[in-house]
Amino acid sequence: MNDQRQLPEEVVQRVRDVLPGAEVTVQVDRDRLSLTRFATSVIHQNVAEDTTTARLVVHHDGRTATGTTTVATQDDVAGLVERVRDAVGHAPLDPSWPGLTSADADRPRSAEVDLATAGATPRDRAEVVRGFVEGADGLETAGYVRTVHWTGGFASSNGRVVVGEATECGLSGIARHEADGTRWDGLARLAPLSIAELDGEVLGARAAAKARAMAGAEELPAGAYEVVLEPGAVLDLLGNLAAHGYGGRAVEEGRSFVRLGDQQLDPALTLLDDPLEVGRTYDDEGTPARRLPLVEEGRSVGIATDRRTAAALGVESTGHSAHGGFSWGPTPLHLALQPSGDDEVAEEVDGPAADSSVASLVAGVERGILVTDFWYTRMLDPRSVSFTGLTRNGTWLVEDGVVTRPVSNFRFTQSYVDALAAGQVRGVGRTATPVPGDTYSATSPRFSCPALHLGSWNFTGGASG
Amino acid sequence: MSDFEAAEAAVQAALDAGASYADARLMHRRTEQMGARDGDVEDVSQRSDAGLGVRALVGSGWGFFAVPDVEFGAARRAGHRAAEIAEASALVSRDGAGMIPSEPVVGSWANECEVDPLTVPLSVKGDLLTEATRLMREHGADVATATYDVWDTRKWFVSSEGARIDQHVRECGAGIQATAIGEHETQRRSYPASRGQFATRGWEFVEALDLLGNAPRVGAEARELLTAPECPSGRTDLVLGSEQLALQIHESVGHAIELDRILGWEAAYAGTSWLDLSRLGSLQYGSELMNITIDPTIPGALGSFGYDDEGTPAVARDAVREGVWVGVLAGRDSAAAAGLDYAGSVRADGWSRLPMVRMTNVGLEPGPHSFEEIIASTDDGIYMESNRSWSIDDKRLNFQFGTEVGYEIKGGRLGRLLRNPTYTGIGPQFWASLDMLSHESVAWGTPNCGKGQPGQTGHTGHPAAPARFRDVRVGVRAR
Repeated sequence: MNDQRQLPEEVVQRVRDVLPGAEVTVQVDRDRLSLTRFATSVIHQNVAEDTTTARLVVHHDGRTATGTTTVATQDDVAGLVERVRDAVGHAPLDPSWPGLTSADADRPRSAEVDLATAGATPRDRAEVVRGFVEGADGLETAGYVRTVHWTGGFASSNGRVVVGEATECGLSGIARHEADGTRWDGLARLAPLSIAELDGEVLGARAAAKARAMAGAEELPAGAYEVVLEPGAVLDLLGNLAAHGYGGRAVEEGRSFVRLGDQQLDPALTLLDDPLEVGRTYDDEGTPARRLPLVEEGRSVGIATDRRTAAALGVESTGHSAHGGFSWGPTPLHLALQPSGDDEVAEEVDGPAADSSVASLVAGVERGILVTDFWYTRMLDPRSVSFTGLTRNGTWLVEDGVVTRPVSNFRFTQSYVDALAAGQVRGVGRTATPVPGDTYSATSPRFSCPALHLGSWNFTGGASG
Repeated sequence: MSDFEAAEAAVQAALDAGASYADARLMHRRTEQMGARDGDVEDVSQRSDAGLGVRALVGSGWGFFAVPDVEFGAARRAGHRAAEIAEASALVSRDGAGMIPSEPVVGSWANECEVDPLTVPLSVKGDLLTEATRLMREHGADVATATYDVWDTRKWFVSSEGARIDQHVRECGAGIQATAIGEHETQRRSYPASRGQFATRGWEFVEALDLLGNAPRVGAEARELLTAPECPSGRTDLVLGSEQLALQIHESVGHAIELDRILGWEAAYAGTSWLDLSRLGSLQYGSELMNITIDPTIPGALGSFGYDDEGTPAVARDAVREGVWVGVLAGRDSAAAAGLDYAGSVRADGWSRLPMVRMTNVGLEPGPHSFEEIIASTDDGIYMESNRSWSIDDKRLNFQFGTEVGYEIKGGRLGRLLRNPTYTGIGPQFWASLDMLSHESVAWGTPNCGKGQPGQTGHTGHPAAPARFRDVRVGVRAR
């Protein structure tokens, strides 16, 4: 039973039949998720699912209840309606219910669905994996290739009906170089708009170049260093800055550093949430996804909201309602940091830098660290967006614009706001690279980031403590 | 058609399509969550799902396919698709994928549950949460939240070797959290733990937490933290509360002894491990007080079950004995690759996820001391409790943790409250410095252990008691 387009309206009517006057929203999603994982250079976990899920929200007599179910038969739908009807009668009062998205609200965009990605087979993904393994030229490899195809429909009791479709794909992989009993890893990551653009061999070669360039890495003393952060590391900065700063709940509760209209970051930074290329075309409340400017030349200009936080803040929802919103609140998941140039694709280069965009920033470093990736970053203080974490998958010392030697992983303790403050951004890469987030689903994060050259990064320890 | 029959149909279809081994997990799961904020319930969510996941081995390739349909035809198709995917895996494979032998089990298991959490009226649960947030606000919190979670899982496992197992696992837990907002920073205080406390128990477990009795203290402490002195930087003796030590065990021992990590199967994401299999049985992990067990049989602990998701019966096993590393968390395939002869630690986060090596209850056996004795024996140190942040490298060596509160220890007494406490170290050095361990053990539940791609959330348990570690670096700061 996979009718995501008509089922929402049918369910709304069922609820209205048993609870006249109720405000109702129904969302039905069909997610075809496939992921081919490899390690020790063989495919070891190869999974797929085809799941249809219905989510029902009912507000009646001042009370709200939400129910979700997987859908295979009409019995599943009937059971969902029955459970939520019972629950809403016993739920506590919900005085901050924000009401429904207007039936006249904008329609979601018509998505460009990539047919190659939507129809990708296990063999298609395995072929990309084989390319990565071959590109690594004998080094051990590990990673994944994923494809996602989502179709969905939404209806509400005020007559709003929207439908959507989207595809997403990505590769993240490492090559592992072993020397003197130690393994050194190098990373490549890409989330293009089509699996046809995933060239496993090129990415495998890039990861291998990084891994080989890490051989013999040694510790450097802790301290503040200039850094060039590759797109995989910038992803972490932007994601956490957005989640803890530019999320409506953090602003509403006073936990955010963001003051709209203020120059809070370096003027070289312009950041927006851009869900129009991939991901769901509307949110859980039927609000269409749209481009949302968050930072314009360092000035904070926008925050992500759902209907509840928007009501509390006296603004309109930006279409960022998502499952699990109570814990996290509305969060931008498709961040795009504006690059400094117009080149759509950077060129491959020799050496450990990911590409020509990164290499051009490295050339401007007097003495600093080139960072491929961050790992296990966790927040210490929400107001300053202070985090601790480690470098991973390739870290090098840069002296007078040249990569001079590999460096063991550092631990850092750093305020992300301070790192991006006015005067701290010494360079922005010419090219933005689309990189996949860690999870995979139709709502998985996909960030488009250029590399960044920052004036100071606070490394607080080395691999030995 | 029974649930067993559907699972059997899926397994048979995979065999018919060329699989040499197949298993299927059919699951029905109901979950319920509620969240209250500042006196209002903002979120009441109930989820019900049912589906079937099939795992097939064709040649040396594994495949997995999942559908939310448990009818005969859908089950057959799922089995067939799993075998097709396994065939594609063979494109990038090598000979040798296999599993250690296992005696097929026919069995049934359910945990103790006095009060079914799903039968407790929503209004009763809502009143508990809203009252807790009201009390926290009344006593100093600027933002007060309270949550509970309930999971009710029934699963039927069938393998082509003849296993046939059904289990019913009921879990629940709750927690409250107060946030105080100052001019330049925010402070948080939680109870019973930073993410709540969870168990394989019924609602009687939540009632025993006494959220309302603790809410005023939690609200007041969040406020008090705003003006508390900052945790000093340097090296000192560190006493950890049991909840923080539970997370220390989870991150620096539990994940490190996962055999799939040790073998490099998680190298690209979750990471590897500093442990080398050639030193299993001889490597010194910590001091002689360090006795870590893998025990999925502990009644009520969150990582307990009757059989893992490969059908292996739950058995207690040593991981570290008197400081020496002696055991791993393993599955049948990883054990075969490592040349070991035991498994039993494989679980899947629902029917749509591939079973993989996960922690069960990985905990520290109680020691000979009491918390009072530990404090009284410490001349100069810091006591930290309630986790606030956690970070550890991809080999599970270099860690840094932050806690919600710290207290000075001077002359054998607890002193001033300290804000923003952090400590950092290297796993085996840190565990080697363990010199006092309390007998006051609590089996803390962690309901949010992330691992794998696609991401899986595991429920794990960690018995732990307050302990002292010597000469630890504390007070790491951003600036």
